[in-house]
Amino acid sequence: MRDVRFAYGEREVLRGIDLTVRRGQVVAIMGGSGCGKTTLLRLIGGQIRASSGRVEVDGRDVGEMGADALYAMRRRMGMLFQFGALFTDMSVFDNVAFPLREHTDLPASLVRDLVLMKLQAVGLRGAAALMPAELSGGMARRVALARAVALDPMLVLYDEPFAGLDPISLGIIGQLIRRLNDALGASTIMVTHDVHESLEIVDYVYFVSEGRIVAQGTPDEIRASSDPFVHQFVHAEADGPVPFHYPAAPMASLLEGGGA
Amino acid sequence: MMSRTTLDLWVGVFVALGCAALIFLAMKVGNFTGLNGAQLYSVEAPFDNIGGLKVRAPVKSAGVLVGRVADIRFDAETYRAVVRLDLDTRYAFPRDTIATILTSGLLGEQYVGLEPGADVDELKQGDRIQITQSAVVLEKLIGQFMFNKAAETPVQQ
Amino acid sequence: MNGVTRVLRQLGAMTINGVWRLGFATRFLLMILWYSGQSFRRLHLTIREIYFSGVLSLLIILVSGLFVGLVLGLQGYETLQRYGSSDALGVLVALSLVRELGPVVAGLLFASRAGSAVTAEIGLMKTTEQLKAMDMMAVNPIARVVAPRFWGGVLSMPLLAAMFSAMGVFGGWLIGVVFIGVDDGAFWSQMQAAVDFRNDVLNGVIKSVVFGVAVSLIAVFEGYDCVPTAEGVSRAITRTVVSSALAILALDFVLTSFMFRGQ
Repeated sequence: MRDVRFAYGEREVLRGIDLTVRRGQVVAIMGGSGCGKTTLLRLIGGQIRASSGRVEVDGRDVGEMGADALYAMRRRMGMLFQFGALFTDMSVFDNVAFPLREHTDLPASLVRDLVLMKLQAVGLRGAAALMPAELSGGMARRVALARAVALDPMLVLYDEPFAGLDPISLGIIGQLIRRLNDALGASTIMVTHDVHESLEIVDYVYFVSEGRIVAQGTPDEIRASSDPFVHQFVHAEADGPVPFHYPAAPMASLLEGGGA
Repeated sequence: MMSRTTLDLWVGVFVALGCAALIFLAMKVGNFTGLNGAQLYSVEAPFDNIGGLKVRAPVKSAGVLVGRVADIRFDAETYRAVVRLDLDTRYAFPRDTIATILTSGLLGEQYVGLEPGADVDELKQGDRIQITQSAVVLEKLIGQFMFNKAAETPVQQ
Repeated sequence: MNGVTRVLRQLGAMTINGVWRLGFATRFLLMILWYSGQSFRRLHLTIREIYFSGVLSLLIILVSGLFVGLVLGLQGYETLQRYGSSDALGVLVALSLVRELGPVVAGLLFASRAGSAVTAEIGLMKTTEQLKAMDMMAVNPIARVVAPRFWGGVLSMPLLAAMFSAMGVFGGWLIGVVFIGVDDGAFWSQMQAAVDFRNDVLNGVIKSVVFGVAVSLIAVFEGYDCVPTAEGVSRAITRTVVSSALAILALDFVLTSFMFRGQ
């Protein structure tokens, strides 16, 4: 994973974005809800194609790939979905074993060892026999994490890994993301709006708003930044460059025209 | 989660039951055992009137199913109906066998009845049955009956 | 004027939507067939689905078949004995089951029992992003999830219909012969004389295969195509049952008119 360059125009959601992730880096993409962060991840995974611009993974253009090349690329990619997206009809063990069984011809005993190793890494080896419905939100997220890295990917994508978690689970997931990235020597792209947790673990941050990158930098630069948008985001202020009000006609005109 | 072997067992039972039901329908309900698979030879029989005879109607002799009607066509030269009968090779009939179109019950379906003659030669593939008796057409029968009644009336008075 | 254009616009939108969905469903079927090779190489996936759509529908199919047979026996006897031909009870029960009621009623039950379950399952997997996750893991969801469920349904349906008919004939026999006292020999022999293997039994099986394809396709398509919300899934389930029922009855008419024409 050398270089993900990215430009995307025309459509409303993303209006020309450039970002680069180097091998071994953990990069966070931050922004308010609905600013196109998830769209970005789907572009990288090749689930949708850019209307213009290039998305490159490991030097190859994702937009140009046929179905086979795309699948070959995805085998070297792991993705954690917003709510885990565990297969509800399989046990935890089978969930983590799923990519191994689908893509390799490893003997059952080796698959077992690998799966238990991955589960050990996320601290849930004891939960291997449980069904996803029996897990708490944080545990499910960790299992999904183990599944995402089951094939030792070179690039791991996280879609809102912190959404809806209590502070303790949140800290655990954050540490796991960092540890797994370093252990695998992979790259990580994380889409999130949880500023403080992310700043603890990432190497670089991009801020996205209204389809554009409005700020970027290392965590220290971000904390020290005087950029109004970053300031609003980091300190969670209600009003600022991102307005509290959805664009609308002034309230006064609405009240005056109420009788008509 | 059910184990793989239990699941396989249930599916096996299911498929076996399904096949058993199919075989039951074929053998017990339907007449698969009848003539399907048997060796057949076909003979032709011209009739003046076949009434309501249909293709695949049974051919019976002494009440036993011996074949089926294979084809019905109209011969434009003789103005008669030619019926091709597929008969089981296990049953041989003399050359002077009489073919009759009969009805099972008052409103039942029509079938071809074979009445063996006394000839020493036997019917072979492609032969033609010479003596036939047409279907009884109800309208004609009633017409005849009325006609006879009308003819009888003055005598009784 | 405004009202007229609105109605016309709605009609147009409905037509376009309908044609679009039909085209998408056709493409979907081709994709299923294309990826079926992959799924058949992993046969246990399909076997699992036969369990879910076939074995779990077994009870409802057998019980309904029995009851339909019992009713046919009673009603048929009631009508036939007026014409003094109660011996033909076997013919009536067997023909109506094998030709029509078996495939159709079993198909309707199958749609509401197994079809709706398949739609719910796939819809739920879509809602919780499981299908997307699978796709991101370079596993094609059509090959892994949809095709096995489709084939499970297609293979189960004829077997279920056959069991339904067999159970129905048994029910008719139970009422006619055991309770009412129609002659056992006449019941079976008249049935065997009248029910033809190719024209009746085989055509019934063909019908049930066609219904199996239709119901399974509708079920997996509605699940795969549903709006990924709880409401969307429940709507998709309703659509599965309604469309399947309509498809079965319409196809039944078309097939019957081809099969039993002029006989």
